[in-house]
Formats: sequence, structure tokens, C-alpha cells
Amino acid sequence: MNLAIRDIRYHLGRFILTSIGLGLLLGVVMSMGGIYRGLFADALTILTITKADIWVVQQNTNGPFAENSRIPEDIKYRIKAVPGVAEASPLSFQTIQIDRMDKPLRFFLIGYDLNGFGGPPVILAGRNIRQKHYEMVVAKGMNMAIGEKIRLGLHDYTVVGITSKVVSSSGDPAAFVTLADAQDIQFKKDNDAIRNDRERIGANLSSIQALSPSQAEFLQQNIARITESTHTVNTVVARLAPDANLQEVQERISRWNHFRPISVEEQTRILTKGMIEKARMQLGLFRIILLVISAVIISLIIYTSTLDKIKVIATLKLIGSQNRVIVAMILQQSLLMGILAYGIGYVLILLTYEKFPRRIVLEPFDLQMLFVIVVAICVISSFVGIRKALKVEPAEALGG
Amino acid sequence: MDKSMYAIEVEKLTKIYGKGETAVTAIADATFQVKPGELVAILGPSGSGKTTLLTAIGLINEPTHGKVVIDGAVVADEGWTPGFDLKRMRREKLGFIFQAHNLIPFLSAIENVMVALEINHLSRSEAKSRAVELLTSLNLAHRLNNFPSALSGGEAQRVAIARALANKPKVILADEPTAALDTENGKNVMALLKKLAVENHSAILVVTHDHRMVEGFDRIFQVSDGRITGES
Ligand SMILES: Nc1ncnc2c1ncn2[C@@H]1O[C@H](COP(=O)(O)OP(=O)(O)OP(=O)(O)O)[C@@H](O)[C@H]1O
Ligand SMILES: [Mg+2]
Repeated sequence: MNLAIRDIRYHLGRFILTSIGLGLLLGVVMSMGGIYRGLFADALTILTITKADIWVVQQNTNGPFAENSRIPEDIKYRIKAVPGVAEASPLSFQTIQIDRMDKPLRFFLIGYDLNGFGGPPVILAGRNIRQKHYEMVVAKGMNMAIGEKIRLGLHDYTVVGITSKVVSSSGDPAAFVTLADAQDIQFKKDNDAIRNDRERIGANLSSIQALSPSQAEFLQQNIARITESTHTVNTVVARLAPDANLQEVQERISRWNHFRPISVEEQTRILTKGMIEKARMQLGLFRIILLVISAVIISLIIYTSTLDKIKVIATLKLIGSQNRVIVAMILQQSLLMGILAYGIGYVLILLTYEKFPRRIVLEPFDLQMLFVIVVAICVISSFVGIRKALKVEPAEALGG
Repeated sequence: MDKSMYAIEVEKLTKIYGKGETAVTAIADATFQVKPGELVAILGPSGSGKTTLLTAIGLINEPTHGKVVIDGAVVADEGWTPGFDLKRMRREKLGFIFQAHNLIPFLSAIENVMVALEINHLSRSEAKSRAVELLTSLNLAHRLNNFPSALSGGEAQRVAIARALANKPKVILADEPTAALDTENGKNVMALLKKLAVENHSAILVVTHDHRMVEGFDRIFQVSDGRITGES
């Protein structure tokens, strides 16, 4: 006969309520782990979907995610020409926040070359971008419908396709447009600004005595073309040929002096160690605190439930029960409660994790570790109760 | 002395609670023997040391001095016999019945009896059939699955008796088993104990302060101020 189960069955309501409470707590611990993993997954999403071997960015920067990086678009031709490079493609990134239906809509706009790579990883609905201009593919997290239009910069953009849950390293959903559109949105000035700039350049040039009016006119047009040029990107990504040597390619690009070729490993390190380290530690610490709280609560519950059973334990000793019968009763109850609470927490997180605003990644390894920890906590916590129980004298059964 | 001659032998049993100024001698120099099948009553006023005597024989209260022999085994001689498995002796040879029935609240009537059998290494099915048999013989066949809280005082006390008898103990120790019952039920319980003494050939020691309850007992010890002052 299993005394632990008999006792639980007799006090079923209390047992279940306690387990639910503990389950909620463990659910929070699980979600902490999930958020922690989610931070990693989010931070690395764009790195992962781009499938590039090298990220070429502005010299002396940790771009394009951790720091700003601006390089000329046409560097892609030089990179393509480096021996060992199979493909190179420019990318532009910018965070945009607009008002949509009276709510701020924040997203990460990725401009990519239709003939290159770095575009939407999959198309879940609709189609990919086909026109050179004013079409947009959005991530699922944007909650936009196909056909919907939003105004970015000087133009309206139409959603033509939906891609998977692509997010920026800070968790904002991503949207894709052509590189030219992205450059327009980022750099193109409106007509007033252009007119102002041209007039300022003209005024500056006409104050140079050495220039004839026609020379000044010629210079002004050329300078305007340069300042109005939008052919800047944040990074050029490159994929290597199968037999290429990463280091050799990196060295070659470094020798040009103006660019930094970052390998995927380095970029991963920049993103995880630098950008999300604090958040990661915060979550880790919080998780430990919650686990300690769970341990204290389990100990208290087991201890009080042992106190409730002093008379029962004394009676069992009186009729000659072996200590293991009593130890097993306490230990099994503790474990059953812990396992039930774990199950409740697990179901809870499974039902809700997709509804969290940021990504929750439930790693089987994390969940298994937590299970082991919960079991260990239950065993250790029940020691307090067991110690108390073993000290009970059989004579205590006699008192009314 | 023939080992099986006595179920209980007590020699100069003394129990002193506490030390120095506050020491209380609850039982002093008690010496007697009880044969298997004998039904013995211990009568005496409150505080005279009846419970102390019973619990010392029941191996849950260490005697300060003197000797206790149960079924031929010396369990205490100036304190517990070192290394003696008291628990095993309790579950195999002793049965306890107390004023408060001491049933385990989360076990049904039948489970309360079964638990005593299972800790004594009976299989579940053996334990179950023996428990049913016992409870049926105590007129509790219709209460097998009730929890103690749903039993009347008399019913609960009979379940406790069934549990005490479960392992066919050599010695049954009862401390005021009828105190919580009305006269009618009290008499029934006493009659039952008498019947068991004869049938199971157990030595039964019953503490009571109710004179009306002791008719038909083989011997009656009078206790006052920690001493056995008379036997009739
Ligand atoms: N654990 C203890 N510590 C100290 N003194 C005790 C203890 N138990 C009993 N005594 C004392 O020993 C004496 C005998 O007590 P005991 O319980 O054996 O009496 P009793 O005859 O069973 O009385 P009652 O009829 O009231 O149950 C009493 O004076 C009591 O106060
Ligand atoms: Mg008493």
C-alpha cells in the first residue's frame, strides 16, 4: 500500500492547489529559460537566414548590427572579384517606427538585391518581390495582410508576401524591400531639401572668385549628383566557394584598408557576447532566484505536511513500521508534488509561449535540466521533513 | 526457566522521569509475570503510573531500571538491550489499543488494518484477506471502506482492535480502550478482548480506572503512586 498516494488522495484538493501554485512558478522559470534562448535565436536570426560566410562592414566597426556601418554599394564588385568568393550581395538595414492604425509599428527594414541574396528566407503566403519598386515582403510578426499599403519615406509600399518570423537582434519584426527602395527610404531627400542643398552649394561655389559662372554651374551639378546619391549600404555579405580559405579571403579584403571582413563566428560573438550579454545575465540571475524560491517553498510545504502527520508517523512507529516506510512516504509526496508542478508548468508554457510578445524557445535540454533540478530540489527539501519525522517518538501517538 | 512459560515478565521495573529536583518516579520496582492467554487488568487512580507501566512493556518508553522480558526475549535490563530491534518486536509480537483509537486518518478501515500486516511483510492480497476476515469477525464487514472520520467511536475502536490483532501478537496492551465509549460499547469491547485472550492465546494487559469493566478478568493489579499495591 502506498501511504504517500493514500494521503494525497485524502487531501486531493490541497495537494492539487499547492501543485498548481508551484506549477505556475515553474512555468515562469521555464519561460525565463525560453526568453533567454529566444534572445539568442532572435539575435542570430538575420545572421542565420542570410547564410553568408563573411560580412564586410566599415573599417573599425562591429557593424552592421552592433554598430553603424556605411560602405559604398559598388564595393560588391571588388569583393566578388576576390578569389574564393562565390557570391557577394549588398544589404541595407534600418529600424523604422511609423504609426499604423493609431499604434506605433516598429520594424526592421532590410533592403536586398533582387539578383543577390539576403532576402526573405521563405514565402508563407503571397509571393516574393518582383517589381523593382514599392513592393514589400513582411515577417509574420508584423501582422499585416497581403495587399496592405504603408507609407515609408516618399512612397507607398504594398505588402505582396509574408515570410516567417524574421526579427532583428532586438526582436523587432523584419520587412524586406529592394535595395534601391531601402536606400531611397534611408537617404532620399524630399524636393524642398534638395532645392535647399542645391542653393547652398551654388552659393558656396559662386563665392569662389576663381571659378567662371559656367565652371561653377558644372561643379554644382556634379556635387549635387554626389550628395543626392543613395548608393550606400550597411554591409556586403559574401559566400565562399566550397574550397575557399576563409582567412585568405579576409586578409585580402582587410588589405584594402577601408573595410572589415567579419566572419560568421565573429559576428555571432559580437551579437551574443556584446549585444545581449546583460539581458542574458539578468535572466539567468532571475531564474536562479526563482529556483531558490521554489526550493524554499517546497521545503516549507513538505515540512508543514510532515508536521501535520506527526501523529500518523508516531502511530506508524508504534505499530513497528520500518523507517524506510516513513521516509518513502515523505519523499514520494515531495517528488509527486514536484513532478506534477513541473507538468503543470510545462503545459502552461506550451499553451502560452506563442503568445509572448518576444520569442520563447523551449530547448529540450533546458527542460530536461530543469526537471533534474526540480527532482533534486524535492529530494533535498524533503530532508527537512524526513529529519523531523525520524525524530518523532512512537509514544507521541498516545496523546489525545 | 522455560522460555515460553510467560508472555510478559517484569522484574523490578522502575521508571523515573526527569532528573534531580524535578525527578518523578512514575513506576517503582514493579515485578510480575503474565502467561499467554491471561487477561490482566491494571486499576489505579490518575497519575498512579499505569500508562508508564504499559508503555515500558510496549517498548516505547525506556525503563530506568529493571528488566522486561517479552516472549522469552530480554528487551530491557537497566535500559534497552543494546542492538535489540524494538520495532521488529513491536510489529511481530505486540498489539496496541489506546483510548484515542489512533487510526491513520487518510486510510480506510481495511487499509488501517492492512498497513500493520504489510509492514510485517505480508503480500497485499494476504493482508487484504486477513483484514477482511478480522473486520468481519468484529462486525465491521459493512464499514471496510470508510475513513476513520466516518466511523462511530465504537466502530473506530474495533478497527483499532483489529489492527492490534492483525499480526496475531503474543501480547496485547490496551490503555483505557473503553474510555471514549459509552457503557454498552465499552462492555462489548471488553467482552471482545476476553474472547481474544482465549482464542488467540495472547496475554492481554488492560489499563482502566472503571471497576465495572473488569469483571471476568483473570487477575487485577492495583496501582497507586507507582507501586503495585495489590493483586486480586
Ligand atoms: N513524559 C513525562 N515526563 C515527566 N513526567 C511524566 C511523563 N509522563 C508521565 N509523567 C508523570 O508520571 C506519573 C505517572 O503518569 P502516568 O501517565 O503513567 O499515569 P496514569 O496512571 O496513566 O494516569 P491517567 O489515569 O491519568 O492516565 C505522573 O505523575 C505523571 O505526571
Ligand atoms: Mg494514562
